[in-house]
Amino acid sequence: METLMAVIIGILFSIGAYLILSKSLLRIILGSSVIAHGTHLLIITMGGLKTGGPPILGGRADSYTDPLPQALILTAIVINFALTAFLLVLAYRSYAKLGTDNMDQLRGINDE
Amino acid sequence: MKTNDVILQTVTKVATFIILTFSVYLFLAGHHNPGGGFIGGLVVASAITLLFLAYDVKTVRAGLPPVDFKILAIAGVLLAVITGMGSFVFGKPFLSHAFGELDLPFFGNTEFATSVIFDVGVALAVFGTALSIIYTISEDMCIWRR
Amino acid sequence: MSGLFLIILIPFLYAVIVPFIFKRIPQLHTGWFVLPIPVVLFVYLVKHITLVAEASPFIHTVPWIPSLGINFTTYVDGLALIFGLIISGIGTLVTLYSIYYLSKEREALDNFYVYLLLFMGAMLGVVFSDNILVLYLFWELTSISSFLLIAYWYQRKGSRYGAQKALLITIFGGFAMLAGFLLLANITDTFSIREMILEAGGITAHPLFLTSMVLILLGAFTKSAQFPFHIWLPDAMEAPTPISAYLHSATMVKAGIYLIARFTPIFGGSMEWFWIVSGVGLITLFWGSFSAVKQKDLKAMLAFSTISQLGLIICLLGLGSAAMYYGPGENAVLYIPAILAAIFHLVNHSTFKGCLFMVVGVIDHETGTRDLRRLGGLMGLMPVTFTLAVIGSFSMAGLPPFNGFLSKELFFKGVLNASRLDIFRMETWGMLFPAIAWIASIFTFIYCMIFVFKTFTGKYYPQRLENIKPKKPWGMLFPPAVLASLVILFFFFPNPLAQYLLLPAVASVLPDFAEVGLGLEPIKAWHGWTPELFMTMGVVGIGVFLYINFPKWSGIYGRLPGKFRLNYIYDSLLRITEKSFDRITRGYMTGFLRDYLFYIFAFFVLVLAGVMFVLKSFAFNPALNNSISIYEVVLALAMVGAALMILFSRTKLVAIISLGIMGYLVAMFFVVFRAPDLALTQLVVETVTTVLFLLCFYFLPELTPEIRKIGFNAANMVVALGVGLLVTAMAISAQNNRFFAPISWFFENSHELAGAKNIVNAILVDFRGFDTMLEILVFCIAGIGVYTLIKLCLTEGERNENK
Repeated sequence: METLMAVIIGILFSIGAYLILSKSLLRIILGSSVIAHGTHLLIITMGGLKTGGPPILGGRADSYTDPLPQALILTAIVINFALTAFLLVLAYRSYAKLGTDNMDQLRGINDE
Repeated sequence: MKTNDVILQTVTKVATFIILTFSVYLFLAGHHNPGGGFIGGLVVASAITLLFLAYDVKTVRAGLPPVDFKILAIAGVLLAVITGMGSFVFGKPFLSHAFGELDLPFFGNTEFATSVIFDVGVALAVFGTALSIIYTISEDMCIWRR
Repeated sequence: MSGLFLIILIPFLYAVIVPFIFKRIPQLHTGWFVLPIPVVLFVYLVKHITLVAEASPFIHTVPWIPSLGINFTTYVDGLALIFGLIISGIGTLVTLYSIYYLSKEREALDNFYVYLLLFMGAMLGVVFSDNILVLYLFWELTSISSFLLIAYWYQRKGSRYGAQKALLITIFGGFAMLAGFLLLANITDTFSIREMILEAGGITAHPLFLTSMVLILLGAFTKSAQFPFHIWLPDAMEAPTPISAYLHSATMVKAGIYLIARFTPIFGGSMEWFWIVSGVGLITLFWGSFSAVKQKDLKAMLAFSTISQLGLIICLLGLGSAAMYYGPGENAVLYIPAILAAIFHLVNHSTFKGCLFMVVGVIDHETGTRDLRRLGGLMGLMPVTFTLAVIGSFSMAGLPPFNGFLSKELFFKGVLNASRLDIFRMETWGMLFPAIAWIASIFTFIYCMIFVFKTFTGKYYPQRLENIKPKKPWGMLFPPAVLASLVILFFFFPNPLAQYLLLPAVASVLPDFAEVGLGLEPIKAWHGWTPELFMTMGVVGIGVFLYINFPKWSGIYGRLPGKFRLNYIYDSLLRITEKSFDRITRGYMTGFLRDYLFYIFAFFVLVLAGVMFVLKSFAFNPALNNSISIYEVVLALAMVGAALMILFSRTKLVAIISLGIMGYLVAMFFVVFRAPDLALTQLVVETVTTVLFLLCFYFLPELTPEIRKIGFNAANMVVALGVGLLVTAMAISAQNNRFFAPISWFFENSHELAGAKNIVNAILVDFRGFDTMLEILVFCIAGIGVYTLIKLCLTEGERNENK
């Protein structure tokens, strides 16, 4: 299972990185979201999979899956939401203002 | 741009209340069962987002209490911080929580924890921020569209 | 003397309040408020002269970074005390002088005095520190304050050029010195100079001995403007004249001399030290005095003269180090006078050169020019200034009855003694020393005469001068007058000075000899018809002859081709460096975000893969895997499918919906992995995110056709695949490399500790509540960011009609 997850995570990261390296702003945002999903899965995989029941005490299970990665990911999901929203608005504003979403045209000035 | 979304609007009317109720359950369940501040806040936000989608922003905004979502978010963060500082009063480190059980009439043996107040702050912050983001964007869109 | 470290700190502390004084009390010149500081320091140090001369040195330690062995140790012996007195004494006079030199209406006095105090504190720190790292810190601080002071009139191009040059050269030397210090600390296993001196005997054989010596000398030579690093000093003359008098003749440039004197007990006695120090000093002595003659600017002439005099002192220190070779005994006594001469000349140089700089400042201030071609006949106009100039330059030329005569005689004696050495191959090369020294002295004599007579005698051309101020600047004449009287005083009473200041300093340069007695004769103006006296007479005779016939031989100065001038080399080096680095930077700073991201990813892959490879940490053991059910395989395939859909989608709608699908699939994975909280959150978040995407989607442009055809970019592809492979490898290795037991057992007590049965929630709100608090803060900030991005643009008035 873990190996399968590792391969999936690798595919997600590859696609995300490739999207981030493209020219269109929208693709960059999509790429960052894909990488975020990959990261969440990576954290939970590294914590060990299927080692027990859900981390809720109450006697239904003898052992629990590691709750720490889950807490980390919960935080990460929410932050990722904020980040995506911010990026989206940034993209939308810059397109409205500058009339392009092509990163090649959104280049900085020559002498920075 | 007036669209005819009768089905959506009718469903929404019912669904929103179900979602809102569910969100309260999720929030309160968070202590012992899956749920909690994050999810509670987000579910409320998604319910209102559904309203935004079904009707238009202005109508929904008029139906909601006139509270600025940003203020709500900031109030949530403040509540969380103040709860954390509350532990200073008892000479404990920042963000120490306490809990205990009380016998209430009608509810029976009920557990209380200060961490729930902290969670309320979290829920408020998440809800306020998420909604203010969506609201700001959609408001801008309306202007843009006209 | 436990408060000694305070005298280093006082200037720094006072510098903090100077700007407030300048702002609050504009009616009174800020200099008056600064003046007490050097006065107090001077008086404090004077009180300790006898104590230092008679008793052992003073030490005081304040631990600073004890774990690294870095302590703020102040150490006062004869050598440090002389420097301390010069710094505070000349500092007092310079501050007084600057009050009249700098107008309180027009100049940024707060900057000036802050830099000045910064320098004063740093310089005191250099000479009083025992710890080499602290010394280095203060050493660089003097470079920086010198940079700030040279660029004081930063509106002028010359000032900026000079400041940059000084900084580049001295900091380069400083770095070399730091490297040398660290090597030395490595060899001796201590950062304390005193402890190094105790170990000095055993380190000569160490293989790094020579390297550290050369590196430390580089620092000293750059700071003291020795050939070929002297080129910064003439350009530093763009600084206000009080600064030239203080930093660039009396104190800062002597820091290199201090360093050489301080490290003589450690390195002295080796042939390399002897030859490098005295050789470089001798070359500088000659080159400085030779170049000074051709200068047309009075300050430039003084700058070259300073270079040459510094060379003289350093040469003497090098010659004196031969005494370390012999050890205490008959022979050594021959070479100790060289050290005495060095220290004596150091003091003398500070007096007469400080006086001369101030005189130039007066001339500049009164006539508006320092150009020799325009000056002349000022004797009648400014008689006091003339007298001071005569005293200063005749002392510099080595004429009686001025202190320069005494030290020049001692210098001649030193080089004559050196020529009789039979060690270090001196038997063949020895005669070079007196010969070159003698020729250099002739040039010294010539430029001293030029300085006095070209400026003050001859014809007076008022029309060539910019403005003549009739007002007599008595306040500006007082400080040089004090120095000039010292020049004469030291001539007539050199021995009290020697007893209380010079001999303790010599003792600290040669600590081994101090115990058995230095055996130095008292300094005398007349000691019979010795070779030294004949040399002086020869200097005067030939000097006068050459001065009179100067126009006939001045043609030799045009001979050196421009391409070989050191300044030309420096400038082209600087230009080439700037150009090539500019090209390199432009090569990779393309301004395309994509390129930067590419670097980040490539770096990430290379470094992490490299680390994994080096540590051989990749481990793969399928036996540890858990079982796979059919649902999971389906989920995984769907996941890959959604990801590919995003990559290959032709429209943005498909891409966004694919992303949503992917999010829900992740939520399902969370369900499979027994993470109900995550699954719930992910579901809701994904919904809201998709709504957001769709909201913005309407207004974002369609995916451009160019990308629609998967703009094939091999490099991007390779990097992206690399990232994927690396992450896969990391995930697999993480599973198979478990070094520590999980800490999660702690959280299983959540019900007892936090009263919660949902462990994840207990972690979020209780155990790691701080993280959550900051997280919602970040979330809130993002929300406000979104709000600002949209609202600020709206209020710009661009779309006001929409409101």
